[in-house]
Amino acid sequence: MNPTELANQASATAERALALAAQARIMAESTAPAVVQAAGHAEPFLLLLTIFLLACFVGYHVVWNVTPALHSPLMGVTNAISSVIVVGAILATGLGDSIAAKVFGFLAVTLASVNIFGGFLVTRRMLAMFKKRG
Amino acid sequence: MAQTFSTLAYIVASVLFILALRGLSHPETSRRGNLYGMVGMGIAILATLFHAGMGVGGFGLIIAGLAIGGGIGAYLANRIQMTALPQLVAAFHSLVGMAAVLVAAAAFYNPESFGIGHPGDIHAGSLVEMSLGLAIGAITFSGSVIAFAKLQALMSGAPITFKGQHWLNLGLGVLLLVLVIAFVATGSAVLFWLIALLAFALGFLLIIPIGGADMPVVVSMLNSYSGWAAAGIGFTLGNLLLIVTGALVGASGAILSYIMCKGMNRSIVNVLLGGFGSDSGVASPAGGGGGPARPVKSGSPEDAAYIMKNAQKIIIVPGYGMAVAQAQQVLREMADLLKKEGAEVSYAIHPVAGRMPGHMNVLLAEANVPYDEVHELEEINPEFAEADVAFVIGANDVTNPAAKTDKSSAIYGMPILDVERAKTVFFIKRGMASGYAGVENELFFRDNTMMLFGDAKKVTQQVVQALQH
Repeated sequence: MNPTELANQASATAERALALAAQARIMAESTAPAVVQAAGHAEPFLLLLTIFLLACFVGYHVVWNVTPALHSPLMGVTNAISSVIVVGAILATGLGDSIAAKVFGFLAVTLASVNIFGGFLVTRRMLAMFKKRG
Repeated sequence: MAQTFSTLAYIVASVLFILALRGLSHPETSRRGNLYGMVGMGIAILATLFHAGMGVGGFGLIIAGLAIGGGIGAYLANRIQMTALPQLVAAFHSLVGMAAVLVAAAAFYNPESFGIGHPGDIHAGSLVEMSLGLAIGAITFSGSVIAFAKLQALMSGAPITFKGQHWLNLGLGVLLLVLVIAFVATGSAVLFWLIALLAFALGFLLIIPIGGADMPVVVSMLNSYSGWAAAGIGFTLGNLLLIVTGALVGASGAILSYIMCKGMNRSIVNVLLGGFGSDSGVASPAGGGGGPARPVKSGSPEDAAYIMKNAQKIIIVPGYGMAVAQAQQVLREMADLLKKEGAEVSYAIHPVAGRMPGHMNVLLAEANVPYDEVHELEEINPEFAEADVAFVIGANDVTNPAAKTDKSSAIYGMPILDVERAKTVFFIKRGMASGYAGVENELFFRDNTMMLFGDAKKVTQQVVQALQH
């Protein structure tokens, strides 16, 4: 193999490599946003799922310690705190720029507020009645 | 910066909510617990209000919503009679369900607010979470509306069953799943609302076959659903506080449902399939209209007063009938008089007495009965053997010894209060009708049982009058 042939082969290989690299670049450019998006979405999801599962365990242990006599107030409190969904409603109303989002948000804020005030106050009323002997 | 601030506030609120539930482990700490809950909610709302980029118009709307809703809620909470508590709680659950539906809709039409995409181009993962929150919220809403209607007697508490009911529900469930998959694939608005409609229908159909006395399970279950709905919305919006709170509430409701089912020795599936205690479902072999009447001993309130005056140890067993007759106040007066005569009076509560978990405890507390005189089943059952009198007011199935002995009985295996061990058992009843389960109570025919026929409140009043003389 003479040097010229070798040089020719080398340059041909280099050209092929260049072409492949260009192709790879095009492919990478088209998929990268999708990958980034997927990673950006998947990771918080797993984090949120972890938090969710841990909160389930915490709830499980805390609620088994609730005395049966207070099961009604427990429903009152859980009802009140589940209306923390008001947070989503507030964001929808405040940040939404479509009429639909604002209307839905406003209605949700109103309904959840009935629950927040109603739930906590009726629980307070219940708990105030539980008295010791004497 | 603003993001970090609100996240920190949400963590604080989550911890306060956990402490609120923890406080309920004892009546003494419970009031502070409730306060923690209120503070947590306040922090969550304030932190959200100071979210960056909120327009003045939106701010006004939010304040208006908080004020209107808060006003209605406070009014209801202060006005409601304690006997109507179960329906109030059912109504409140329906509101959480509806709020979840509305927030899901707002997020669907304006996904930019929550950074989950653009209208018509929402991330697939978010669509899955959104449809879960939407469907569970809608089921919670319509299910709670039916539970409310049954508890408020707007509709009959009897189970409504029809042929092919379970297959219909199963079919609708599968259809719902198909719609969710199609919705995630297309992100279509029509499918969004179809999911909502179908879930509304499903919630309605799931609760109508469940009878009145199974309501403790239903109310607990809907409590649980409202939590899962909040968690579903939390995932959609990527909101930590919603997820944590939803999980807490979901777990709490699930545990209560479990406790209620165990109190009836029935599986949750059995309760949910419904139809229990309906006329068609139970053929009563002994009682009812057909069989010959068996002799029962019935007495007057004066007889009861005389016997109780001489008793050392009296255990009162209240049931839903006491709540219906609003007899808790006069019952406590009776207990006070008996205590003056030197008797030891305590109360025995069956886990499923009443229409929601802990219903009887609240009613007795309302009548100023000290909570340390009120005992749970396991605690007090051994004491019936030493009791001179068991005073059963408005309870029936939960005292039926057939649950221990008769394998063919519908209530076999259900834990019961051992009232039959007391020297004398008084039963206040309006008539000889059998209880919710459609099972005749063996106790009525025993030698140591005396029936006091009449309205629970009136009979107790007459006992009180007789005791005063």
